Amino acid sequence: MDVDSLYQEIILDHYRNPRGVGLLPEPHGESHQVNPTCGDEVTVTVTADADGLLHVGYEGQGCSISQASASVMSELVEGRPIAEIHRVEAAFLDLMRSKGSGTPDEEVLQDAVAFAGVSKYPARIKCALLPWMALRDAEVKAGIPVEGGSYE
Amino acid sequence: MTSLDPQRIKKDFPLLERTVRDGQPLVYLDSAATSQKPRAVLDAERSFYETSNAAAHRGAHQLAEEATEAYEGARARVAGFVGARANEVVFTKNATEGLNLAAYAFSNASALARHGREVDPRFALRPGDSIVVTEMEHHANLVPWQEVAAKTGATLRWIGLTDDGRLDLGDLGSVIDSSTRVVSIVHQSNILGTITPVRQVMDAAHAVGAIGVVDACQSIPHMPVSMADLGADLVAWSGHKMLGPTGIGMLWGREDVLATMPPFLTGGSMIEMVYLDHSTYAPPPQRFEAGVPMVAQAVGLGAAVEYLDDLGMDAVAAHEHELTGYALARLQEIDGVTVIGPRTNVERGSAISFTVEGIHPHDVGQILDSRGIAVRVGHHCAWPTCRRYGVPATTRISTYIYNDHGDIDAAVAGIRAAQKYFGVA
Ligand SMILES: Cc1ncc(COP(=O)(O)O)c(C=O)c1O
Repeated sequence: MDVDSLYQEIILDHYRNPRGVGLLPEPHGESHQVNPTCGDEVTVTVTADADGLLHVGYEGQGCSISQASASVMSELVEGRPIAEIHRVEAAFLDLMRSKGSGTPDEEVLQDAVAFAGVSKYPARIKCALLPWMALRDAEVKAGIPVEGGSYE
Repeated sequence: MTSLDPQRIKKDFPLLERTVRDGQPLVYLDSAATSQKPRAVLDAERSFYETSNAAAHRGAHQLAEEATEAYEGARARVAGFVGARANEVVFTKNATEGLNLAAYAFSNASALARHGREVDPRFALRPGDSIVVTEMEHHANLVPWQEVAAKTGATLRWIGLTDDGRLDLGDLGSVIDSSTRVVSIVHQSNILGTITPVRQVMDAAHAVGAIGVVDACQSIPHMPVSMADLGADLVAWSGHKMLGPTGIGMLWGREDVLATMPPFLTGGSMIEMVYLDHSTYAPPPQRFEAGVPMVAQAVGLGAAVEYLDDLGMDAVAAHEHELTGYALARLQEIDGVTVIGPRTNVERGSAISFTVEGIHPHDVGQILDSRGIAVRVGHHCAWPTCRRYGVPATTRISTYIYNDHGDIDAAVAGIRAAQKYFGVA
């Protein structure tokens, strides 16, 4: 079976050369998430600045999908208005639930469209969502109102 | 002793004929998680439901009699398989439940003693007492004891590990001391493959008057094991890893230990007399089997034991030992592969964990899966053991009677393909 739909070149590139690694000093919110079945770990820190822009930092260890997802996420959300970030979060969640049949909005998701193939592999969806779960939880801890359903 | 013929054995396992991931033949290397089931086991379960289904130990009609006989017959068969008497074998849901049954005996006795009830003092724990496990336990033989410690005030201790995946017995005398009341250890590690010197540790437990518990989940399916040789007081294992159905496990207990052990689950079938304000309990093993039991699973397990008896456990162990030696050699030929656990084929079973430099186990497993090869990846329910060896997770291959060199060769080729795919070789 062809695994190239899972391991898109963009994913492998983010895995090998992760962008934006590092935790924020004195963040408003921090969340550590683990995938208890395989031990993947991601910590995400967030701080909202006076202009309503969100800043993120992260660290993690784990498989290519979880770590590439964290890297893509940090690029997608860093320094953007919170409302926009929530649109991206929702789009990514939809993509993960699409079982491979979704047509991702490239304008909203950018590099994250590469994760479309992951949605066909139930055991790996959790890996891709891990940093996004940490982001949402860090936002909640920072007192930022989040909308939308749970990630479970 | 005749040697096994995996090609012929494979034909007894309907599932092993299927293909996976776009029509590729299945290479099943995950028997430490659960084994596949031979037709004889499936037939036995089906035939029980078609001819004798009834609630065992309840009712006076012919079917109930037949179901009871089938259930007790399976118990006798399993007991014989491990050199035990039938009344020493308790059926549980799985090994996890058996280990919880053992652990709850301690927390229940401790709670009862605090309220002035008469209990066997061997089970009543207090602050100052210690519970001993090892650093290579499956979570099923660790978390229940953490709970006992939290509920009774006892202290949890563990026997550490050496770099080559063995129990570090150097300080056995200081880990197991006069404060120790229970020692619970694994016989064969599901993550490292190590076979532990269980007799020595049980003797150390008994020397200080502690109860000895053994998790034999990975040993009993793969080698001849006799309860007398283990020298334990309680031994838990699962049916589904030894060709049997899911939903049935065993807890063997020495007669004098089971005799005074408080029950775990309570309700129907485990009582002697019931009044509105109190009850008395049936003798073992019934005292530990509340509710309508898993008769069909017991019947299936009986057929599994018969299948293994026919092969001969000496032959099973010899086959796996040879295969393990081959797998260890082939895996360690690959640059970047590090075996976590004993690297030589001495006192070790067929579960082999390893890391591949530069590739996360999850990704190794995915590439193998894309080639039809089923392996386990992750921490294998032994997270502290992973931490001990500084790895977040491993890839594990594990074999059984239906595996052969070809299966190992397929895994080796898959690992090399993963290295190529991720550009690390
Ligand atoms: C060593 C060991 N102990 C305990 C268990 C728990 O067995 P089960 O999940 O069947 O209760 C397993 C298997 O998962 C195991 O390998």
